[in-house]
Amino acid sequence: MGKVTGFLDFPRLSEDYVAPAERVKNYKEFVLTLSDDEAKTQGARCMDCGIPFCNNGCPVNNIIPDWNDLVYKQDWLGALEVLHSTNNFPEFTSRICPAPCEAACTLNINSDPVGIKSIEHAIIDKAWENNWVLPQISKNKTGKKIAIVGSGPAGMAAAQQLARVGHHVVVLEKNDRIGGLLRYGIPDFKMEKIHIDRRVKQMEKEGVVFQTNQNVGENVNPDELVDEYDAVILAGGAEWPRDLPIPGRDLDGVHFAMDFLPLQNKVVAGDKFDNQIMATNKHVVVIGGGDTGSDCVGTSNRHGAASITQFELMPQPPESENKLLAWPYWPLKMRTSSSHEEGCDRDWSIATKSFEDDGNGKVKELIASKVKWENGKMKLKSLLQVR
Amino acid sequence: MKFHHKQKKQGLYNPMNEHDSCGVGFVANIHGKKSHKIVSQGLELLTNLTHRGATGYDPKLGDGAGILIQIPDIFFRNELESKGQNLPPIGKYAVGMCFFPQGKKNQALCENKIREIIEDEKQNQALCENKIREIIEDEKQSFLNWRDVPFNNKDIAKAAKDVQPIIKQVFIGRNESLPNQAAFERKLFVIRKRIEIEISKLTIEDPANFYISSMSSRTIVYKGMLLAHEVGDFFPDLVDETSTSAIALVHQRFSTNTFPAWELAHPYRMIAHNGEINTVRGNINWIKARAGKMESMLLGDDLKKLWPLIDETQSDSASFDNCLELLVAGGYSLPHAMMMLVPEAWSDNPLMNDDRKAFYEYHATTMEPWDGPAAVAFTDGQMIGATLDRNGLRPARYLMTDDGVVMMASEMGVLKFPEEKIVKKWRLEPGKMLLIDLQEGRVIDDDEVKTLLSTAKPYKKKINDSRFSLSDLTLKSENFSLKESVLDTQQAFGYSQEDINFIIKPMIEAGMEPSGSMGNDAALPVLSNRPKLLFNYFKQLFAQVTNPPIDPIRENIVMSLMTFIGPKPNLFNQTDDYPAPRLEANQPILTINELDKLRSIDSLSDNKFKACTIDITFELKKEVSLEKLLENELDRICKLAKKSTDNYNIIILSDRNVSKNRMAVPALLACSATHQHLIKEGLRTHTGLVVDTGSAKEIHHFALLAGYGAEAICPWLAFKTIEGISNDLSTAQNNYIKAVGKGLFKVMSKMGISTYQSYCGAQIFEAVGLNQNFIDQYFYGTSTNIEGIGIKEIAEEISRIHQKAFGDDPVLINALDAGGEYAFRIRGEEHMWNPESIAKLQHATRSNEFETYKEYAKLINDQTKKHKTLRGLFSFKKNTAIKLSEVESAKEIVKRFATGAMSLGSISTEAHSTLAIAMNRIGGKSNTGEGGEDKKRVFPITKDSLISEHLGTDIIESDFKLKAGDSMRSRIKQVASGRFGVTAEYLSSADQIQIKMAQGAKPGEGGQLPGHKVSTYIAKLRFSVPGVGLISPPPHHDIYSIEDLAQLIHDLKNANPNASISVKLVSETGVGTVAAGVAKAKSDHIVIAGHDGGTGASPISSIKHAGTPWEIGLAETQQTLVLNQLRGRVVLQVDGQMKTGRDVVIGAMLGADEFGFATAPLVVEGCIMMRKCHLNTCPVGIATQDPILRKRFAGQPEHVVNFFFFVAEEIREIMASLGIKKFNDLVGRSDLLDTKKGIDHWKIQGLDFSKIFYQPDMGKEVSRYNTETQYHALDKALDIELIRRSTNTIKSKEPCEFSIPISNTNRTVGTLLSHEIAKQYGNDGLPDDSIKINLEGTAGQSFGAFLAKGVTLNLHGEGNDYVAKGICGGKIIIRPPHNFKGIDDKNIIVGNTVMYGATSGETYFRGIAGERFCVRNSGASAVVEGVGNHGCEYMTGGTVVVLGQTGQNFAAGMSGGVAYIYDPMGQFNLKCNQTMVALERIQRENEQSSGPRHLDQADEIILKSLVEKHLKYTDSKIAKKIIEHWEQELVNFTKVMPNEYKRALNEMYNASKKEAA
Repeated sequence: MGKVTGFLDFPRLSEDYVAPAERVKNYKEFVLTLSDDEAKTQGARCMDCGIPFCNNGCPVNNIIPDWNDLVYKQDWLGALEVLHSTNNFPEFTSRICPAPCEAACTLNINSDPVGIKSIEHAIIDKAWENNWVLPQISKNKTGKKIAIVGSGPAGMAAAQQLARVGHHVVVLEKNDRIGGLLRYGIPDFKMEKIHIDRRVKQMEKEGVVFQTNQNVGENVNPDELVDEYDAVILAGGAEWPRDLPIPGRDLDGVHFAMDFLPLQNKVVAGDKFDNQIMATNKHVVVIGGGDTGSDCVGTSNRHGAASITQFELMPQPPESENKLLAWPYWPLKMRTSSSHEEGCDRDWSIATKSFEDDGNGKVKELIASKVKWENGKMKLKSLLQVR
Repeated sequence: MKFHHKQKKQGLYNPMNEHDSCGVGFVANIHGKKSHKIVSQGLELLTNLTHRGATGYDPKLGDGAGILIQIPDIFFRNELESKGQNLPPIGKYAVGMCFFPQGKKNQALCENKIREIIEDEKQNQALCENKIREIIEDEKQSFLNWRDVPFNNKDIAKAAKDVQPIIKQVFIGRNESLPNQAAFERKLFVIRKRIEIEISKLTIEDPANFYISSMSSRTIVYKGMLLAHEVGDFFPDLVDETSTSAIALVHQRFSTNTFPAWELAHPYRMIAHNGEINTVRGNINWIKARAGKMESMLLGDDLKKLWPLIDETQSDSASFDNCLELLVAGGYSLPHAMMMLVPEAWSDNPLMNDDRKAFYEYHATTMEPWDGPAAVAFTDGQMIGATLDRNGLRPARYLMTDDGVVMMASEMGVLKFPEEKIVKKWRLEPGKMLLIDLQEGRVIDDDEVKTLLSTAKPYKKKINDSRFSLSDLTLKSENFSLKESVLDTQQAFGYSQEDINFIIKPMIEAGMEPSGSMGNDAALPVLSNRPKLLFNYFKQLFAQVTNPPIDPIRENIVMSLMTFIGPKPNLFNQTDDYPAPRLEANQPILTINELDKLRSIDSLSDNKFKACTIDITFELKKEVSLEKLLENELDRICKLAKKSTDNYNIIILSDRNVSKNRMAVPALLACSATHQHLIKEGLRTHTGLVVDTGSAKEIHHFALLAGYGAEAICPWLAFKTIEGISNDLSTAQNNYIKAVGKGLFKVMSKMGISTYQSYCGAQIFEAVGLNQNFIDQYFYGTSTNIEGIGIKEIAEEISRIHQKAFGDDPVLINALDAGGEYAFRIRGEEHMWNPESIAKLQHATRSNEFETYKEYAKLINDQTKKHKTLRGLFSFKKNTAIKLSEVESAKEIVKRFATGAMSLGSISTEAHSTLAIAMNRIGGKSNTGEGGEDKKRVFPITKDSLISEHLGTDIIESDFKLKAGDSMRSRIKQVASGRFGVTAEYLSSADQIQIKMAQGAKPGEGGQLPGHKVSTYIAKLRFSVPGVGLISPPPHHDIYSIEDLAQLIHDLKNANPNASISVKLVSETGVGTVAAGVAKAKSDHIVIAGHDGGTGASPISSIKHAGTPWEIGLAETQQTLVLNQLRGRVVLQVDGQMKTGRDVVIGAMLGADEFGFATAPLVVEGCIMMRKCHLNTCPVGIATQDPILRKRFAGQPEHVVNFFFFVAEEIREIMASLGIKKFNDLVGRSDLLDTKKGIDHWKIQGLDFSKIFYQPDMGKEVSRYNTETQYHALDKALDIELIRRSTNTIKSKEPCEFSIPISNTNRTVGTLLSHEIAKQYGNDGLPDDSIKINLEGTAGQSFGAFLAKGVTLNLHGEGNDYVAKGICGGKIIIRPPHNFKGIDDKNIIVGNTVMYGATSGETYFRGIAGERFCVRNSGASAVVEGVGNHGCEYMTGGTVVVLGQTGQNFAAGMSGGVAYIYDPMGQFNLKCNQTMVALERIQRENEQSSGPRHLDQADEIILKSLVEKHLKYTDSKIAKKIIEHWEQELVNFTKVMPNEYKRALNEMYNASKKEAA
């Protein structure tokens, strides 16, 4: 375990960000990784709990205490090995995971949790920097062929594991680039796409064959897949957006996030579009207070929006949760994302009622209602107009 | 109902587990002058030992008593003359005392048989190839006559009468051809053994057994199922004036059962024993094993007739007696044989001379010690004597008179002699012998007899000529390489990451076994889905109540790891001038180089030894089933082992050939199979057995291999592993070996075994989850109670491990398995406390939501998929449900709940008081734990307030609200071995006083609160010094056996007659019989703790591998108590990982009235199973004393209250579903339990819970739950009178003084009186000397226990054991009687364990005290004129002045207080254990700096004033001399100053100076 009294001796240190004014000028990542010394100190805060709740809180069950300890001892290679033993792509998760592990950290009960995500980030970045992440090419081939439909994180992880035990793996991706939502759903300022490219290269060396523009059911016959391969894995993801079927929904200027965000990613990647949805100089309303909403806020700010307002149907959550009743689960509490820091107005308990036409088929304003929640039921309070 | 003479094995009850202990004594005329007086004195002595025995459910039913005397020749001569039989001269005839079964037919059958054998022996006589006999004319011994022994059974208990045997004496005439009486005695031994063996083959159906008490031409034993005082009444023979003897050896038994068994009474033929033989299983095995090699010139072919020598169903004492008889018959003299069986601690004793050491060392290869607490009185009719075990764990005192009478007994005062006739009063010292040779007519003292024997032969030379020491032999060995990678090999032997990180690393870094905490909530091995090593199915046994564990650290003078590898010599080969070669190793863990030496031992030892290696790996073959393969392999190993004895004399079982294609037989299985096979073949002593295995890595593994026969073990893979993880290989390896050695000491000592030699093969384990067939085949004699897996599943299990190692599981390619045994791991073992269950429980109790609690309970209760506990596999039988409203209310049920014994010290004040408040709110009970209690907590809270308002803001770090009516008082006050904070006041404030015999996490072990945890507050509560570490010894030093426990119960009952006395035991096989003994010892309440409980720190191997699940122990206890008709007398409580209402219901059905919870309420308070209790870094402020962390404590009494009500509600729902209204109707209803159906699991299928669910077939009138109370006989206490005479003083504080006589039957004098004072005045008591009581006579045990301030006991006479136990302010003066003529400092005045756990007060003893004087004294002062071994052990405070000799190991574990030793001869430094103390010269008052001082005074002042007081109070001659020559004498004193105390004094001094500045 780290240092026995580390959690008492050292405060939590979060990763630094490039200042908002600076970072909104581009689509680069702006999170600064911990230095070796900082990571060591942060690793020392881990108590190596008898029950590592973080381990359970983590969706991939990362063996967090072990690599915290190894980082504390500055055994980075060891830490990398443990990290990779549960997680194929820590460079993705250490950037975009909301870190439920930290919510579950026992230090979070009455203090600040261990900066697990930042340590993970430090480990994997260091590993790539030092060229420690090498292809693991299987020695024995099984002769079995496996097709994986979809190249998002799940498809990629499945592909890597199967290739490493010697199967012949082909990944079919409907888009022009590998990565699924990683590639087109997550803005570059959250995660630059070089990370996907690097992994793809590694996996290709491990024997994975990636095929883009293969839309199963469209230009690939599913029956043929089943015939040709010993096994087929469907890893198609969940791209269906949740609609808001209210009057004016079909007006110009009302978009799904997933129509908005991927285009920007493609542009960053070098593609050119004439009809990219741009927020530049526009008044932007983001409906939905979650992470995707945040990504829209961040992207809009980078576009140079005139104003950005974000609506959330639910009431404003408390600044901090009642830890005695919430820990070790993911708590409902006020969260301010890095995109929020870059500038936006946030409003809670708002239900959008209709979009209003400017007469040209474009959205001019929207009518929304302040709502009140009582016993889990929503009640209309008052109508308001937002332009 | 009908009584069988012994209850048969049934359910979980097994008669093999019976224990007994007792009072023992003898009277002898040194000159061999026979008289009837000696006999009647023997009977009187016996009567006065009555309180050391016990009675059963019927107060008239004792456990047995008896007397051994010399053949009363005149009496028998007259008796037989009346029958027309003329007896030959004395010595030429023998008397056999026989118990016959009752039926006439049986009797005839037996009579004929006996007659036949006696006659037959005369024919076989000629066949006896015996050199001596060859030259002597063959003469016949003859059957002379029968005599019916008259008896008077009018007054004896009915149950005893029902099974009373017919008692007859057979008279046998000596064959004139026999050269002497000794030969006759030998012959009689053979005759008796033959009779026993052959009669046992006849089918006799009768409640009484056939049995021969004695058959000798010298002695006769009269005994039976009698109370001590009944012996004389029952046998009129004994009161006949013509019955004369020069010796009378008597014994009063205290057994753990109530089944009348006449033959189990002592004395046996040669001994009467007070104690317990811990190693008896191994001893019996080794005796059997020796049979093959045994030859005796004296016994010749007769030797063969003696087998089986030992009936394995009999008691340990009887087995010992058999062995002693054999040794004596084989030609050893009686004292010689006793020295072999019960040797002193010799190997590291600096005070023992070389000859004697050589004697013991020489005999060590011949006979392993029969180890355990023992006071053995022995006689062959010519000599009588007694010896004590090496640790002095039983009391034995003796006196001699000027007219040649010696009397020895467990205590003094049992037989009165005029004081002026007494010339010496002494005690038997540890390992020492008292011997009286009646023929020579003198007492031979220990030194003389041993010197005589040890110089009789050149033992030293013999050893030097024959000895090879493994460490002295040199061999350059080559580095061996593994067949596969280290990782794969580790995996093949089941290594996990935890094994490296939690076990091996701490061992190589610190040289000791690692600690863990919070008990064991992981799945039992047999329930686990993960393959387990065979080692894990065995649990270590431990001593509780009937024998004490040893402290292997502080008392390591008695411990030895020395091992002999190779064949054992013929037991009787005494004449050989070329003794058998002996190969010694200092400890049994061999390095790889040492194993290589063994392999080449032939060239290194000049071919004296030859080792053969047997490969215990085998090739996997597809065509043969795994099971068959393994069986064949074991068969092959055993056969090879047998064959090897033709050419080799050391067998090495090795699994180094393990590889992908070769699987290893579990080393433990191979070892035990080989060991037992060789025993069966009579070849075990022809060869040594060494195990060379990759599987052994942790202490438990080594202990098991040793326990099943390995003389040495080489853990080759552990060494390879260490190579890979350490920078300094040699230090790491040494540390590892050291850690294993310490660990073995601990495992051995928890059973009270002190030498590896006697531990080896002793099988001190039980199995959980192995089936009986498998055990019988390979681990014969080991107890297993719930069946389980067998050879097939074990084969499957090892194959799974093997496949994992060499398979392609991606997780295991680069890393070991996660383990998850010691801490929860996602990929590891299942735990009951896991993220989900903890979160749900905390959320439920904090929000008071029963629905969330139910989610929690489901997680725990539903084990259909993940099996963790035995009860998880139980189900309730269907029954007609009733409405919930008809069931007893939750408010009533919660009163049955208690929280566990967690001391303030192990947990924070906040956590501790929260539990107490909660339990008081619900009417349950909280437990102080070992560590005293703040008196501020005793008073009820009268208004709503904050806890800090009551305890102080400096004490409380995290404040919370109290309500009017709340109370912080812990209703249960614990009394543990450290006795911290145990005072009259503390005891008086209890509703229940709990004696902690053992705790689930580490039964049989002591504990330690490190100095940094001893805050000012904790130090105050424990009467010690802040910053000074506190040690709790492994045993209670006033409980070495069951009658000692009875005494402590009596003491505590006196200290608070209103409190119920509880005894806490830990579940293991045999706990039921211990509990029955405890119930007979008058405990009101018994706790059965599971193995899995336990908070705080404990060695990892103890958490995991000692004790059994409570389901087994509780069921055994219930069954045994019901069978003994004792259940109704006690309240039975169970604890150990109790978590839900379902747990409680199952506990109740298996017999519990009450329920203890520890971990669950802690989780409710916020515990998150950090398992860092031992590091003081608990992040939720529970198991820590760090003020910063304690601020984080967030528990609330309400949460705990919610929890218990939830549990009660769950119970009610289950009760309703079962149609049960009253909780009492649930208790003992194991018939409502069933095994859960439909569990499909390859390991679980073999389990059989029928023994757990068994109900003894007793009548309806026999109670199954608590219905009555115990009778403690306090109304007969002398204190009733003392209180009467001092009532006025207690009221008015007006001083009083009076005189009163006392005798040894007045026990615990002054304690009830002290309770009266403490009730009113607390520990402040009365002004000094307010009540002055002058007594005359011999005080019974525990004189002045817990004596309160203001009481002075001034005794002219002597004290027994436990004088001034727990004294808290009183004053005790003991001086010899006026007319005593002996010299004070040559005579004993008080017994053993005087002032144990004293907290304040003064004592003055004019004379010498026994062993363990002032153990755990924390504040009282004492002056004494000499002490025995282990003086001032574990002392933490107070002042002791010894004006004479001390025994060995003085000041072991002493961390506080000061002792001043008068040592004009300058020998003290040899006797003092200076590990923790330094010896200093005493400075003159004017020399001593004014710096930090003991008691803030100069040493000279303290010392002089104590010696002056001693002189004033006792007229001590030595004190007088010293005071008169003070200036000269001061230099003769040595000051014993504990290092820690010195440091703490300095720190306090510097701190106070700083403050002043």
